[in-house]
Amino acid sequence: MVEVTLWGSLGTAAGGKNKVDIEAKDIRELFRKLAEQYPGLEPWIDRGIAVSIDGVIYRDTWSKELPQGAEIFLLPRLAGG
Amino acid sequence: MAGVAVSTTINGDNVEYLCQPDETLLDVLRDRLGLTGAKEGCGTGDCGACSIILDDRLVCSCLVLGAEAEGRRVETIEGMAHGDRLHPLQQKFLEHAALQCGICTPGFLMAAKDLLAKNPDPTEEEIRFGLAGNLCRCTGYDKIVRAVQDAANVMKGA
Amino acid sequence: MNFDPRYLDRNFTSVGTRPIRPDGVDKVTGRARYGADFNMAGQLVGRVLRSPHAHATIRKIDTSKAEKLAGVKAVITAADLPDLTDGDAAMYDILDNCMARNKALYDGHAVAAVAAVDARTARQALKLIEVDYEVLPHVTDVDEAMKHSAPLINEATFTEGLEEKPVKPSNVTKRSQFGHGDVHQGFGHADFIVERSFKTEQTHQGYIEPHACVASVSSDGTADLWVCTQGHFVYRQHCAQLLGMEASKLRVTSSEIGGGFGGKTHVWAEPVALALSRKAGRPVKLVMTRDEVFRASGPTSATSIDIRIGARKDGTITAAEATLRYSSGPYAGTWAEIGAMTAFACYRLDNVKTVGYEVLVNRPKTAAYRAPSAPMAAFAVESAIDELAKEIGMDAVEFRIRNAAQEGTRSSYGPVYGPIGIGPTLEAVKNHPHMKAPLGKNQGRGMACGFWFNFGGQTCTDLNIGMDGSVSLAVGTVDVGGSRASLSLVAAEELGIAYEQVKAVVADTSSLGYNDMTDGSRGTFSSSMATISAARNAIKVLRERAAQMWDIPVDDVVWEKGHAIAKGEKHGNLGRLSLKEIATASGKTGGPIAGHSELVADGAGVSFATHICDIEVDPETGATRVLRYTVVQDAGKAVHPTYVEGQYQGGAAQGIGWALNEEYIYGKDGRLQNPGFLDYRIPVCSDLPMIDTQILEIPNPNHPYGVRGVGETSIVPPLAAIANAVSNAVGVRMTHIPMSPPRILAALEAEQAG
Repeated sequence: MVEVTLWGSLGTAAGGKNKVDIEAKDIRELFRKLAEQYPGLEPWIDRGIAVSIDGVIYRDTWSKELPQGAEIFLLPRLAGG
Repeated sequence: MAGVAVSTTINGDNVEYLCQPDETLLDVLRDRLGLTGAKEGCGTGDCGACSIILDDRLVCSCLVLGAEAEGRRVETIEGMAHGDRLHPLQQKFLEHAALQCGICTPGFLMAAKDLLAKNPDPTEEEIRFGLAGNLCRCTGYDKIVRAVQDAANVMKGA
Repeated sequence: MNFDPRYLDRNFTSVGTRPIRPDGVDKVTGRARYGADFNMAGQLVGRVLRSPHAHATIRKIDTSKAEKLAGVKAVITAADLPDLTDGDAAMYDILDNCMARNKALYDGHAVAAVAAVDARTARQALKLIEVDYEVLPHVTDVDEAMKHSAPLINEATFTEGLEEKPVKPSNVTKRSQFGHGDVHQGFGHADFIVERSFKTEQTHQGYIEPHACVASVSSDGTADLWVCTQGHFVYRQHCAQLLGMEASKLRVTSSEIGGGFGGKTHVWAEPVALALSRKAGRPVKLVMTRDEVFRASGPTSATSIDIRIGARKDGTITAAEATLRYSSGPYAGTWAEIGAMTAFACYRLDNVKTVGYEVLVNRPKTAAYRAPSAPMAAFAVESAIDELAKEIGMDAVEFRIRNAAQEGTRSSYGPVYGPIGIGPTLEAVKNHPHMKAPLGKNQGRGMACGFWFNFGGQTCTDLNIGMDGSVSLAVGTVDVGGSRASLSLVAAEELGIAYEQVKAVVADTSSLGYNDMTDGSRGTFSSSMATISAARNAIKVLRERAAQMWDIPVDDVVWEKGHAIAKGEKHGNLGRLSLKEIATASGKTGGPIAGHSELVADGAGVSFATHICDIEVDPETGATRVLRYTVVQDAGKAVHPTYVEGQYQGGAAQGIGWALNEEYIYGKDGRLQNPGFLDYRIPVCSDLPMIDTQILEIPNPNHPYGVRGVGETSIVPPLAAIANAVSNAVGVRMTHIPMSPPRILAALEAEQAG
């Protein structure tokens, strides 16, 4: 089980929650279960969400494992110049 | 519209071409003669990317008509090196990394060449004002000024 | 693929040196080929007709007269670029931006295009196209656009991100929020509170090379596109999707690029050129004029930002709050969201809240511009921080050091930081001789901090070893400022050979796997990671071949300093084999030797910078002069330090232009008044001093060499640093960027009157 923190706007889409507990071994499973449990998040996941694991931001490595006790934070996927 | 027959000298070679009366020298160089070293950044004489030397005078080739080159001497970036030997300015631009994207570089080199021909020992301020007609968006000009200073020193010693 | 990206401390041989770039000679001799320098046999000239109205319904377009003009080979409208985006809203916006469908949404919006035998004919043809417009009320100001009375740009826009779905449409596409703690409580603990509103005007990336491409579509459905772009693989995807082509049948070659800074990250005219070529059955060259570049490409957001920061007497910030409104042009964007994330990223805050609003206006579609959205937020925050330090009576640098984020700090946008460089840049600034230099009359010194995320992303690299032992490195990230030199250094480092033995090129989309574009300061970070991985894969092959040549087990062969070495006493007299010797024998040991890599380079390290500048203000005219400028920034590891300095200097110069001069000026008619370099004035050589740089190297733990991105952060602090300097010079807080002479003069006069 990992605790996942959602940024403000995403929390609104998840029905006002800013922290959720999810049983997930990697980012792919995390997104799948988030979409199952909070259907409001699905369009956000489709548009792109980045995952911060202990401060390191992963945008595309969906195979990245989520270590127990890690600090997991969801962020919007950004544009750069 | 009938074409204008022009006979001119470009980088020391005799060149003849036909162009439209309203066609710029920049378009003639790029589109008719295949000399694409001069770049079009604005077409209005504001950016200096199309700088060439016409009878010892630095000009924006986008503001000169192709027909005006008749009987004159045109120098472009393509004529700056001697064979495989780079001009000291070209060499110093490389050594100082005075270019990032490089689109403004031919114009800067022509402007710097013209500047050093008229003032072989310029101060930093004279370099900055001498090159103020050329826009560079990548470098902040720092390394360009240093390259010109260094080239001036080399050329004085030569 | 087992690639370990973790940082390992090591001594470098090639990395950190400053050789001449491989593409240098072509660029100083005029031989390098940019977007407009390519031609094909039989090519036509493409030209675009653009709306003169800021907002208008397109009732009808009659192209019949243009089509009849001799020399015209194709005329297209939105009907020739039908909507194939299949519900992908972002792609639909790109399509509509390339060619307006029902409405023209800004002055300069494309409505039709022609391909003709020459430029003169094409221009004449544009004049023969009749567009029947119904002009609509427009809005170009970000604050005006948020008012209930503002004309609606898109009637289907209902603000996202609100607790309850709004019942009425508006020009606000989205609200986003970040932060933690309780700001209300935090302000309750503050002894001093600074509250201010700021505005920044819209600026353009200002790349000197206008958008340019040559498109050639064949009747068999294959196509070639030569184009200046920051991401040819992304352009291929966009164009293929918009034109209904298979991506693999469209080969995109990236030309040398004459500047991008974010402005060449998505397609503008390329789908139009392809559609013209498809219709005409001939290659089409389409080059934007400077006027078109300003009116219809780029720019960044205009913003309006409210800041509130509170601190105790001892200099500890107790709460910080920001409301940020960013214009995104006529299409939805996420620019305020990024501003809201970056605004307070430099600081350690227990209570912080930022709210962003994305606002539609009748201006060109906002594009990324170097650390997009961060400079404006930093301007507002760093101005207020300076003001707060003054109220408390603390030195501006000390105040920042006291509150700076550090390893373990929860960032204002959420995650907890690893090792970061904000503290070290501030310490370096505090000890810099620039801070102690004397100032004269009407002169002021300012400093400010900046933050940018940096990205990684999908990356693919091929490293091929020739029979003569030379190495060709094919990368897929476009080289915008010297990355071929940096990546050659990395390949040389990893293989243990000389820099001169490596030649790096940017491969076209048919020669290499997919790569994300060069954005988010990712070029050298990502492609160096892929290059290290490819080199390690090649070394594995080299060791196997050496083992064959010696007839010993591969496990007994190690790679050191460009040579295979047989380890162990039993191989004592085998000596060593150079890369060249192994390469020369490769035909008899299994064929060509190469290393490939495909990876997602995640884990880009966040980047911080602190800038110092001295400004002189002429109180009679409001004119300013930048006297001295210093950049201190963390690079993680500077692969080619000269080009890292170049990034620092270039970003600072763009920031200086933004702070003092550059702005889009719209008339009451909604038309852009200054679409040229004469009236939109970017800094020239005589406007600037030398720009000093100091590179700090705090290794990124997620890159083998510790590399972070360096390209963008340098544009973040200048707006604020200069505003603080001007304010210190004249004693008036400047709240509106750019600080052009009339604005400074008005502020001085208001102060005197006030």
